[in-house]
Order: sequence, then C-alpha cells, then structure tokens
Amino acid sequence: MNNISTDVDNAVTVRNVCKNYDNVEALRDLSLEFPRGQLTSILGPSGCGKTTLLKIIAGLLKPTSGEILVNNKPVTGPGPDRAFVFQDFALLPWATVLRNVAFGLELRGVAKSEREAIAEKYIKDVGLTDFEHSYPHELSGGMRQRVGLARALSVDAQVLLMDEPFSAVDEQTRRKFQEDLLDLVKNENKTFLFVTHSIEEAVYVSDQIAILLPRPSRVSEIIRPSGFREKEALNIRRDPEYLDIVDRIWASLRTYVE
Amino acid sequence: MKVFGYRLPGMSSLLLWALLWEIVGQMELTFFLPPLSAIFVTLMEIGTTKVFIKALQETGHAFFVGTFFAIVIGVPVGIMMGKNRLIDEILLPWVNMFLSAPLTALVPVLMVLFGFGLKSIIITTTLFAIWIIVLNSRAGVLQINRSLVEMALSFGASPKDAFFKIYFWAALPEILGGVRIGFIRAVKGVIIGQLLISVVGFGALFELYSSNFLMKHFWAVLIVLFTISFIIAECLAWLERRVSYYAAQR
Amino acid sequence: MRYRSLFLNFVSASIVFGAWEIAGRIPVSFAFPTFIESMSAFWVLIIEGTLFTAYAETLRPLVIGVVISTVLGVGIGLWIGLSRAFDWLVSPIFIVMQTAPLAALIPLLIMIYGIGLTSKVFVVCIMAMPVIVLNTSAAVRNTPASIIEMGNSFLGSRRDVIIKIILPAASPIVFAGLRLGVSAGFIGAILAELKITPTGVGDIISYSRSIADYPTMYAAILSIILLAVVFLNVLERIEITLFKGTRRNYVSD
Repeated sequence: MNNISTDVDNAVTVRNVCKNYDNVEALRDLSLEFPRGQLTSILGPSGCGKTTLLKIIAGLLKPTSGEILVNNKPVTGPGPDRAFVFQDFALLPWATVLRNVAFGLELRGVAKSEREAIAEKYIKDVGLTDFEHSYPHELSGGMRQRVGLARALSVDAQVLLMDEPFSAVDEQTRRKFQEDLLDLVKNENKTFLFVTHSIEEAVYVSDQIAILLPRPSRVSEIIRPSGFREKEALNIRRDPEYLDIVDRIWASLRTYVE
Repeated sequence: MKVFGYRLPGMSSLLLWALLWEIVGQMELTFFLPPLSAIFVTLMEIGTTKVFIKALQETGHAFFVGTFFAIVIGVPVGIMMGKNRLIDEILLPWVNMFLSAPLTALVPVLMVLFGFGLKSIIITTTLFAIWIIVLNSRAGVLQINRSLVEMALSFGASPKDAFFKIYFWAALPEILGGVRIGFIRAVKGVIIGQLLISVVGFGALFELYSSNFLMKHFWAVLIVLFTISFIIAECLAWLERRVSYYAAQR
Repeated sequence: MRYRSLFLNFVSASIVFGAWEIAGRIPVSFAFPTFIESMSAFWVLIIEGTLFTAYAETLRPLVIGVVISTVLGVGIGLWIGLSRAFDWLVSPIFIVMQTAPLAALIPLLIMIYGIGLTSKVFVVCIMAMPVIVLNTSAAVRNTPASIIEMGNSFLGSRRDVIIKIILPAASPIVFAGLRLGVSAGFIGAILAELKITPTGVGDIISYSRSIADYPTMYAAILSIILLAVVFLNVLERIEITLFKGTRRNYVSD
C-alpha cells in the first residue's frame, strides 16, 4: 500500500455530501474515503441510499451540497476516470456482444478497428470468446454481466463503480463472480467501489466495508477485515474472522430490516 | 389445431371458408353472393382495365402520401412528448381525444375545406393514422430503461449520440408497433374517405358497380382490397417481430 | 402544483380554441367559421332541442349494434379462446376483418338491406365486432397458466375453472375490448348516417353543409366527437376503478 506521510492515498473522497429529493432527505452529510487499489463495499439495508451515493460519485446525479474528489479533482459529471457496472447490465439489446463491449470506447470516439481490438481482448479476459457476435438475449444472466464488466474494463478507467452487479445472477454464478472479482482486484491496479446488500458478499470480497444506515443515510461504521484477505479464496468462508464480521454486521443491521 | 397428428397452418381454415362460399354461390341461393370462382374470373378481367388500375393508383397514392405524413409528423412529435413533460402535458389530452374520436365525422369538414378530391382523402388518411403513431412513439420513449441512458451518460455520450444510439433504437419496437396499427387505420381511413367523397379511386368504382348491381365486380374489388390490407399488416407485423426480441428485455 | 395539470389543460385548450378563433377571423377559408360562431350555433341547436331529437335518432343503431356485438362478440371470443378447433376455424375471419377496410361493405349492405335501420345496425356491428372478439379470445388464451394449474390442483372442475378463474382473469381485457368496440361502433354509426341516409346528427351535418350554414355543421360535428370522447372516457374510468390492480395489457386494433 501507498503510505504518503500520515494519510492513505485515496482514489475517491466523498466530503459532506447531502442529497435531497424534493422534501425527502436521501443522504445527510456523508463523508467517506476510498483507498486506491482496494475494493470498498458500500453495504446497507434497502432504501439507505447506497445506489444514490454511487451515482453521485459516477456524476450521474448531482449532490445537493458537498463534493466528490476523484484523484483530488472535483467531480462535475461523468468522466473517463470512472466506469460503471450496472445492476441490470444496461446492455444494448440490439447490438452484439462485441459492439456492447466496445460501446464505451465508441462513445469516446475511438476508431472502429482499434476499439474492437481492445474489446476482443476483454471479451477473452472475461471468458466470452466465441460469443462476440451473439446478442444479449442469447446469453444467460451471468454472461450478460460479464459483457457489462468487459465494457467497463475496456475503457481502462482507474475507478470501477459497481452497483449490485451480481444481484441479478444466480447463486452459483455469483460465487464464481466473487472469486473472479478477488483476482481482478489483485491483478488490475484499479479502485473498486462495490454496492451490495449481501453481507456475506461484502465481507468476502472487500478490503474495506462501509456500513450505511438509512433515514437519513449516514456511514455508521467502517470495517477493515485484516486476517483472511491473503488466504486462498476457498478458505475465506470458514475463517473465524470472516464469520465474526458477518455476525457483527447482521447484529447492527437487523433492526433496520422490516 | 391438429388433424391426424398433422399441424394445420394458422390461416388454412380460410380455404375451407372459400370452398363453402363457392358451394353457396353455385347453389345460387342469393344474388348477392356469386361463386368465388366467378369472382376470380371477373377479377382477371377487370384487373387489367384502365379504370381499375387508375383506382388502385389513386388509392395507393393517397394511402402512401397520407401515411408518409403521419409517420414524418407523428414519430418526432411522439418522441418529443416522451422527452419533454410540458409538451407532453399540453398535447396529450388532444392526442387521446383524437385517438378515440370518430374521425369519420370530420370528413365533411375536410370536404368543404379542401375540396372533393385527393387532398381531402390524403388528409383523412393522415388523421386516421397519426394519433396512434404519436402515442406509441411516446410510450416507446417513456419505457426506455433508465440505466441504458445512464450507461451512455457515464461513458460521456453527447446528446446527439444518446438520441441516435440509445433513444431511437430503444423506442423502435413501440414505434414500429404504432406504425403498424397506423397503417391498418390508414387503410380504413383511405376507404372511408373514398366512400364519402365518392368521385375518386375505389369510391367511384363502388358507386359504379353497386348502382349497376355488378356483384362479381364489387366482390372482386373487395377481395383485392382486403388482400392488400392484410398483406400490408402482415409485412409490418413481421418487421415488428424482428425487433421485438429485445422489446421484452430492455 | 396540485392544479398544474388542470392549468395546463386550460392553457392547451385556450391555445387550440384561440387558434381556431383567429383562423376563423382571417378567415382561412369561406367554410371555416370562428370558434365563437360555432359555439353559438351549438347553443342554438341545444335550446331549440334539435340536437336531442337528432341524437335519439343517431344513438338507436349505435346502441342496438353495440349490444348485439357485445353479446355475440364476447360469446364467440370465449369459444375461440376455449376451443382449439373453433379457434382454427373462425379466428382467421376476424383477423382479416380486423385489418380489412370493412367500410367498403357498406354499398353491399345497402343493396341487401336497403337504407333503413337494419343496414345501419349492420355497419355498427361489422365495425365493432372484430376487436371485441379478438380481445376476448386473447384474454382467455392469455390467462396465466399457473392460476389454471392452481385450480386444477385443488380439484376444480372444468366448469369451475372457466367460471371462477378464466372469466375473472380475462374480464379486464374483455372490457377493454368492449371499449374499443364502442369506439369503432361510433365510427360505424356516423359513417352509416353520412353514407346510407342522412338521419340524426348526420342529417344536421349534411343539411347545414348543403345550405352553407357552416357554424351549425361544425357545431354538430363537434358535438358527436365530444359525445364519443366523453362516453369513452367514462368507460375508461369505470374500467380503471373496476379492475384496479389488474395488469391491463390489451390488444388494441
């Protein structure tokens, strides 16, 4: 890790962000830091504003007050330094896998041959070789999200914003995804912001877990698992620290679940 | 429907009805129903006559010009209504009103305003077709998946890119559905227009045949009309099905 | 904020009627009266009672035709939805009728049934029936398989399943089909009066056109459009309150 003087190097900093919809207060005075090269989960019960926070960081929503810094520069809108992975995949149903993966680059004006070469590489990386010319409706849910992931990776942004990316795929596929995600964090030098409502998932994949509580949303706790991160992926789920953290988070969240 | 394990195709029963028609016609039960075979013979005869071809041309002309305007005006207006709340709120009551209003009642007005000719028929056709096209285009834009739009924005799409790469394609199944229903309505509109302004196209032919009790001729023209309208509707339905694979999962 | 939509309705109505008034004053055509002229002609039609006697005449074929179409149409539609064989035999006819310009049959109907009430009722029926039949059969066929299986698994008889499950599940779409049928029936009724014999409102329209009394003609046309739109809106309201919470996804025409 990159320790500069006293502070950790943060890829994303959220400072005193408030967000109101008409009269409803969605986020109140929320501050949070996301260390570079790590995966931070944002975990909380439904309606706690997790997705709102992520979309504010993405520049898709404007905060009512407060500011977002990405690489120490304030966010004013979507930018090439961040890429978003959508819960419902957000694939163009009328485009092939190849065009979908290259779509981020297409919108940035990259030439066709160049962007397709890049897309091919990431299609191979996520294990979708031979599906370049398939359409999204011909793929399973898990494969669709691989397309969404490849699209986000292909624009080579430093920050990946993932909005409940695995919630629409089945349990077994999800476990595979989680293991792949651990590799991705290790191998790609990117910062991951990961919104989820699954406690086990958050503890399994995260370097840091921010727990949000609702009405109005604020960060109630930040947990940094330390012991099992270096372990083999298959051994994490029976690590005592893993189990303790899962239990502890549930104890603090259960009163908020109706 | 299966007979002896063989699946009968969808519209095959029409052959059975045609046979029934032929039999009833041959029995000469009624003057109004000549045998189907005789009608087809007549069809071959009049199919090449000048009057018939002229009527077909005039009708086709009115139909295509009318639907052209309905699409060219209807689709952009519908997309605008879907994207802008104020425009939507101002126009929607009128669109809904004209959608369900008996537009036949407006034909006399068109006749006095635009004369007893092609112009009135074209406007009737447009009026019949346009409202459903507007409404469907609007619905198409309204149901666009928010996250597709957000996806484009998050990759820095310009408004032009967002429109041509996302909005238009995502709304396409609904737009095509609207165009298909619009075409069906336009066929009805063009015929209603010609019936009421009975000096051009098939309106004049109907007048001629029915006043001279030429039943075979009359049926021949009807069959041509029904067949053409059915083919148009089926072609558009086929086109719509080609894009509908993604309508279900946007 | 609460009155926003009411206010906007008012604004859009004023724009349209204002434009009408201005266009009438220019005038864009000798046959284009102003909005105010048309409204006063409308008022005259009401206080003289002409409008009411005319509507008594116009609505007769419409009501008879719609009632016949409803009974026959829903019946045939149910049968098509429940029986594969009948579906194969009959639905192609209604599918063709749905896309065909049936108005072209009117000269034939006049030849067969003359220019009286029967012809007009027939016109209303051929316009209204296809959409009622097709909606009803689609509604029956699209009953969710899971609730029919539920009925069977709880040992419901075929009759029970039809009456207690299929019919209630289909009724929103059937009703929507009826509304579209009424809408088509209005077209038929007016077409009949304009094409067959001028009676009722059709008579007011034709007569005032022949004597170039354009304000009265516009008023009569406006009244029939208004009547149709108001009536169909009432039907839609009824539909919404009656079938609150049911998914409404119907075949339109």
